[in-house]
Amino acid sequence: MGAPDFANLPYIGESIKRKEDYRFLTGAGNYTDDINLPNQRYAVFVRSPHAHAVIKNLDVSKAEAMPGIHKVFTGKDVEGKMGGLPCGWLITSTDGQPMKEPPHPILAQGKVRYVGDHVAMVVADTIEQAKNAAEAVEVDYDVLPAVVNVTRAAQATALHEAAPDNHCYKWAIGDKAGVDAAFANAAHITKLDLTNNRLIPNAMEPRAAIGAYSRATEDYTLYVSNQNPHVERLLMTAFVLGLPEHKVRVIAPDVGGGFGSKIFLYAEDVALTWAAKQLNCAIKWTADRSEAFLSDAHGRDHVSHAEMAMDKDGKFLAMRVHTDANMGAYLSTFAPAVPTILYATLLAGQYTCPQIYVEVDAWFTNTAPVDAYRGAGRPEATYLLERLVSRCAWDLGLAQDEIRQRNFVRTFPYQTPVALMYDVGDFQACMDGAKKLGDVDGFAARKAASAAKGLKRGIGYSSYIEACGIAPSNIAGALGARAGLFECGEVRVHPTGSVTVFTGSHSHGQGHETTFAQVVAARLGIPVENVDVVHGDTGRVPFGMGTYGSRSISVGGAAIMKALDKIETKAKKIAAHLMEASDADIEFVNGEFTIKGTDKKVTFGQVALTAYVPHNYPLDKLEPGLNETAFYDPTNFTFPAGTYICEVEIDPATGVTRVDKFTAVDDFGTIINPMIVEGQVHGGLVQGIGQALMENCVYDEETGQLLTGSFMDYTMPRADDFPQFQLGHVCTPCSHNPLGTKGCGEAGAIGSPPAVINAVLDALRDLGVREFDMPASPARVWEAIQKAKA
Amino acid sequence: MYAFTFERPTSVADAAALATAGAKVLAGGQTLLASMKLRLSSPGQLADLGGISGLSSIKKDGNAVVIGAMTRHADVATSAEVKAAIPALADLAAHIGDKQVRFMGTLGGSVANNDPSACYPSAVLALGATVHTNTRTIAADDYFQGMFTTALADGELITGISFPIPKRAAYIKFKQTASRFAMIGVFVAQTDSGVRVAVTGGGNGVFRHAGLEAALTAKFTPEAAAGVAIDSSELSSDIHASAAYRANLISVMTQRAVVQALA
Repeated sequence: MGAPDFANLPYIGESIKRKEDYRFLTGAGNYTDDINLPNQRYAVFVRSPHAHAVIKNLDVSKAEAMPGIHKVFTGKDVEGKMGGLPCGWLITSTDGQPMKEPPHPILAQGKVRYVGDHVAMVVADTIEQAKNAAEAVEVDYDVLPAVVNVTRAAQATALHEAAPDNHCYKWAIGDKAGVDAAFANAAHITKLDLTNNRLIPNAMEPRAAIGAYSRATEDYTLYVSNQNPHVERLLMTAFVLGLPEHKVRVIAPDVGGGFGSKIFLYAEDVALTWAAKQLNCAIKWTADRSEAFLSDAHGRDHVSHAEMAMDKDGKFLAMRVHTDANMGAYLSTFAPAVPTILYATLLAGQYTCPQIYVEVDAWFTNTAPVDAYRGAGRPEATYLLERLVSRCAWDLGLAQDEIRQRNFVRTFPYQTPVALMYDVGDFQACMDGAKKLGDVDGFAARKAASAAKGLKRGIGYSSYIEACGIAPSNIAGALGARAGLFECGEVRVHPTGSVTVFTGSHSHGQGHETTFAQVVAARLGIPVENVDVVHGDTGRVPFGMGTYGSRSISVGGAAIMKALDKIETKAKKIAAHLMEASDADIEFVNGEFTIKGTDKKVTFGQVALTAYVPHNYPLDKLEPGLNETAFYDPTNFTFPAGTYICEVEIDPATGVTRVDKFTAVDDFGTIINPMIVEGQVHGGLVQGIGQALMENCVYDEETGQLLTGSFMDYTMPRADDFPQFQLGHVCTPCSHNPLGTKGCGEAGAIGSPPAVINAVLDALRDLGVREFDMPASPARVWEAIQKAKA
Repeated sequence: MYAFTFERPTSVADAAALATAGAKVLAGGQTLLASMKLRLSSPGQLADLGGISGLSSIKKDGNAVVIGAMTRHADVATSAEVKAAIPALADLAAHIGDKQVRFMGTLGGSVANNDPSACYPSAVLALGATVHTNTRTIAADDYFQGMFTTALADGELITGISFPIPKRAAYIKFKQTASRFAMIGVFVAQTDSGVRVAVTGGGNGVFRHAGLEAALTAKFTPEAAAGVAIDSSELSSDIHASAAYRANLISVMTQRAVVQALA
């Protein structure tokens, strides 16, 4: 079935209430910490209090003598018994050398490299006993100088022997000579320096895991709050513990948010699984919030310089960009891909800029590892490009919408100069929709009304594009991925016609149990109540690459569609047999199989029953049963795009910046459940506007201590920080998957930060403010105004 | 949380005896319990004042409102007596923390803790209140002695605070965005004997600002407040705000408090 037919099916485009709601809203969810296994102990990790130090001596004797303590594991216990954490993406430097990939030990091997680095694991009968013993572990540190700022990494004390200047890689894309030549002949050049502030993900449920081992079967089980249990298992068994996969089951039960931070294989997961066998028990660990701040992989943290060359009419001729990217102390699972493959390839944006050259230097610092976080590289690209484009407009005296419209890509497919090929889109329609919905015509009047109250109002645009549905495995492999990026789906039709779907995608708040059930119910013409979706268990789902990069519906959903194709093909054969017709004459519409041109029909339920009770069945030609599995590997990325318009009102006396209006018009292709999509956009906007206005991870420059280590100092966005969002949609269905979907999970976080900051800069332009980096906290906005006055 | 024992005395005398012997007093627990959970505080014994009758009360006494030490913020916020006599105080209580905090936290707990960013100390100081303890009374000007430090002796318990009723008053809080504690809070009170201005959140505990008080005593207008230069040298500077920004906030919040008091 093709995308246009699919979009017209019943259930598609219906805001069905989520199947998950009762469980989640009544507190009946089953999260990792809710699970208790027989013979279960508790682990607490001893973490480094220093950003950079040599461990001179580590003494666990006092701790091990305390009540309830089974064992205190240290680096010595794991040394030689297992590998370090692997990195899943290889980046090759411009000199042809592979990136520097220093060891990432499960427990520290003589040195710690960030505050929160894992030094020892205490296992006890109770959490309190484990905490008490953790405090009694004696560690003698020789403190070394620390570096946290990416632009100072080159001059700092080396973290790793493998990277003496703290340099991980230098990577580039594009034709440098061509770009230089275009700049030499440009009528205008606009330049911009900017910082993409570091963020701490803060999923509502902190990370948690239970490692368990059975001597009877020699099987391991790991319950873990994770976004991709099969990937977790693959990385842990094949690259760290050297275990066969069939002896390890990974279960990611209800998971309370991930935003990328739960994609990765963490040291705690490995240590718990391994130690479960050593102690022959189950071991639970649940991060407290302070631990989450210190040890979850962080996001963003780029420092960039960008330049745009234009002709006299503001048409883009060439762009060049240099970015320093902070990797943190170690390479997390997908870290090297974020500021390269997932970033530089998006820098064409929605525009026909013919030449782009991007250079990226990645550095190690004494901070928590940095990896993919909602948007992963694409927010960084969008922030840079959309800030630069608005600056170009102001430099040339053009309106922000005008310069965008002069440069929009208007014919598809469009091959960008940075590797991607956009299949479809209608950028002008998104711009027009956003301007209308956001009442841009009324802006001048609103600005005057604000001015009458002594307030500065500004308007900011952002026209984003993102590459989702990651990814064609052959392209990803050529770009350095060390895994495939397909997805798997299994459709199990039960004898009475109800269906269980097993998907390799993972839902941790996205509502897949509803959306995917709608897809299946629509295709099979059965009630949505008759479809249940199973995910998050390597013991039940054949395989899976998991959920990140807004890939679930477009890749996971497409795999289910392929399995449904197989179901339909087989079911038609059964129906043909029952009606004594030829296979080719059977049509399947609304849950009924008919012989073309006749009123003869059998229902889907009858066919299902026949498959399992094959008394009258073509057993010579067809196997009984109705259960099909499919793997889907996409042929291209999907390209959600849209225009966001933000209006802020700033109190110049205090710097308080209030988002007064926010309009988002997105093109997600086919939408299956508009309510769920709206929720995704709201969440993304809150994260993106949160980054722009308030969220900011700060380490002390001297000591490397995390200064924003709790909600007392790290500002999480709250509902009362936002206006009611105005959302609209344009639909150009994705051309290469069977649903026409593009993905919607990250758009809000990708598109919104530059819209907010462009609005801030627009509001403050007549006060002389031209430079401003996120976040637009009251103090920072006020300081910028004072600086411009001086 | 470390292990501890828990006592629930029924009289102020018993509570004071426990406190003198080393128990930590629990008066709502909105700071203490959180710091115990984080293992930042490890008292061996808690003495919960919640079992003592008579410490939670609000009554008008001549030209003052007397509030018992264990009175919850929510009760002050909704009290008809407080709203009629000192609406600024009810308004302050209504915006402390969040709803859960306001139903647990107490006046005495806040004032005894004297967090440098707490709201209540600014009202106590600006209104020239009197702190009643189990052994004596202490004038507000003598009570606050810097960050988390007060005139209370070991084992001395606040029993109530009497707030003189001002001619007009207002409290304006500028919230630190993460904690939503006061980055700067300014309580302005106009009384028969002049104007008192107390600032919280600025640094080493609540303080009065002589320059603002003199200007506003001379002329109670926002312009008068705006004309006062605020010295930033004693103010704190951190990742959220510079001292200069805090100085600016003191000026702006004072102006706005005057506008609100006049409204």
